[in-house]
Amino acid sequence: MFPEFGKPIKLATNEFIDWLIINHGDFFEAIANVILTVLVALEKLLRGTHPIAIMVIVGLIAYAASRRFSLVALMIGAMYFIGALGLWEKAMQTIAIMLVSISLAIAVGIPMGILSARSNRLRLIINPVLDLMQTIPSFVYLIPAAMLFGLGKVPAILATVIYATPPLIRLTDLGIRMVDSEVVEASRAFGATRWQLLRGVQIPLALPSIMQGINQTTMMALAMVVIASMIGARGVGETVLIGLQRNDSGEGLIGGMAIVFLAIVFDRISQSYGARLQAFRNVAH
Amino acid sequence: MAQIEVRNIYKIFGDKPQEVLQRAQNGEGKDDLLADTGHTVGLSDVSLDIEEGEIFVVMGLSGSGKSTLIRHFNRLIDPTSGHITVEGTDVMTLGTDQLIKFRRDKMSMVFQRFGLLPHRTVIQNVGYGLEIQGVEKSEREKKAREWIDMVGLAGYEDSYPSQLSGGMQQRVGLARALCTDPEILLMDEAFSALDPLIRSDMQDLLLALQAKLRKTVVFITHDLDEALRIGDRIAILKDGALSQVGTPADILLKPADDYVRAFVKDVNRARALNVDVIMRPPALRLTNETIEEAMAQMRKAGEEYGYVTYENEYRGVVTLEAMEELNGNDKIKWARELADLTHTVHPDEPIEGAVPAALTVDYPIPVVCDEGELVGIVSNEDMVSVLDRPDEGGATELHH
Repeated sequence: MFPEFGKPIKLATNEFIDWLIINHGDFFEAIANVILTVLVALEKLLRGTHPIAIMVIVGLIAYAASRRFSLVALMIGAMYFIGALGLWEKAMQTIAIMLVSISLAIAVGIPMGILSARSNRLRLIINPVLDLMQTIPSFVYLIPAAMLFGLGKVPAILATVIYATPPLIRLTDLGIRMVDSEVVEASRAFGATRWQLLRGVQIPLALPSIMQGINQTTMMALAMVVIASMIGARGVGETVLIGLQRNDSGEGLIGGMAIVFLAIVFDRISQSYGARLQAFRNVAH
Repeated sequence: MAQIEVRNIYKIFGDKPQEVLQRAQNGEGKDDLLADTGHTVGLSDVSLDIEEGEIFVVMGLSGSGKSTLIRHFNRLIDPTSGHITVEGTDVMTLGTDQLIKFRRDKMSMVFQRFGLLPHRTVIQNVGYGLEIQGVEKSEREKKAREWIDMVGLAGYEDSYPSQLSGGMQQRVGLARALCTDPEILLMDEAFSALDPLIRSDMQDLLLALQAKLRKTVVFITHDLDEALRIGDRIAILKDGALSQVGTPADILLKPADDYVRAFVKDVNRARALNVDVIMRPPALRLTNETIEEAMAQMRKAGEEYGYVTYENEYRGVVTLEAMEELNGNDKIKWARELADLTHTVHPDEPIEGAVPAALTVDYPIPVVCDEGELVGIVSNEDMVSVLDRPDEGGATELHH
């Protein structure tokens, strides 16, 4: 009754992946090595630093972002709690993966968002791709990713970036498109180049939206830690995974709590930084 | 050669403007083309000459294409066809880099909703044009301060736009536009978003600055009173086509078509028109006459009044009646000694300014300029003929 599409697609995909591995395996390995080097160094640094120093740094970042001591106390409390759960080391692993993933997502997402804001045609192409990235089950691309990069942290980071970048692209695009057209016109009328317009007007005015995008990206990246741990990324996700495998609800719960507290730390810090950035909008008359 | 020359500009909005252009050029109407092709005719065969140093007002209702037109001058919008020449340069031939340089050097723009950068302070906003040009910070802040002073915002340098009222924000907009010292100022409904009182203040400010700076100002408005108040010349735009271009007096007194006529119908002409529009040469000018000579001249001319000027200066009005009453009193020899200097008007005064004088005395009011010379007279009949609305059945209207 149906024509057979499944088999040829399956075969073609497999052949394509094989071809990639055989002909461009070195290239992917090189990328994997760069990411891995950075990640390993970062992880070493985080795990090598005394927990109190880490908590102080988190407190300082919280203060720099919000100028509120209540947030500083909350953030240090959350970190302290993770330590008390016995998951400090794993949390450091997760933070390292998160930081690398988010950096990559920002490096890809913001430029893509800017390009997409500039061209309706490009946006038309990007949009379905973003939908795909957000909806397709991550295991689908984890299989070829694991084949290309080997098991471990790199495919986990890749999967995280694929899943977490779309909101940043969308919100960057939206933020730039929402910039008051008269302000953009004013800038152009004064003879601003595209770069001057982007740097001096569009990005600063889209920043609240972009910060929201980074925040969303961070939250989605955290949502990936369990899946990432399945292909050997370690971290707090592993605790959840172990709980699942051993039918140990308690273990699963403390892993889950650690993830939630990490999420709170990332979320509150980035949110309050975003809010402070747009303080000029709220000044009273 | 005019500073800005606009020649046969067409602007058609839609997917395939070139295909619709031909039909628009053949004179098909805006509504027909919209219904038939889905394209909007923004501008239709607009040609203008704007002279250096004048305030040129483009007036029209919303949708008339006036904002589209002004954006053609700095090519924020490109025409579908036609040419714009600024100081001999065809702006359509400019490449990207040249266009950027042209925008930096030649003109700047003031916007209806101000278009200020909300994340920058007043001084950073005012210096924005110079910043774009790469002028050093200390230099541009110095200039910006001068202009902030000029528009009366000293003390607000470090405020953010959202901390200022609308009128103050537009002062920032104006200072920002002037800070790059452009030759041409484009003002797109610059005062339309302001309260009437503030608007009138801003008009005063613009006129005061213009008296000093003598820029070429292209001013867009939908408010005829504003156009009449500040415009040296006015272009009236309807559905993307020009209805009339002329001085305020031309527009009011010689409307080119029914559209303009309907527009100017409710204008308070006594306020919108100045005395110089209706003044005429004095019927009888006296200079160095004795009483007898003056009486003889007046009787000969059949005039009851004479206007005395002496040594190029206006000295007053003498009436035949007053001279006759002297009855040969020879203490007074010259006609000018009897002249009454009390009631005069200035040529730039609105006509309504002459009304009190006209009601007090029964001779035509002498018009005297700054240098003290008599430049004309205004009679009650002249005033009535102008204040009368030609389409409403003549002077009888006034006596209701």
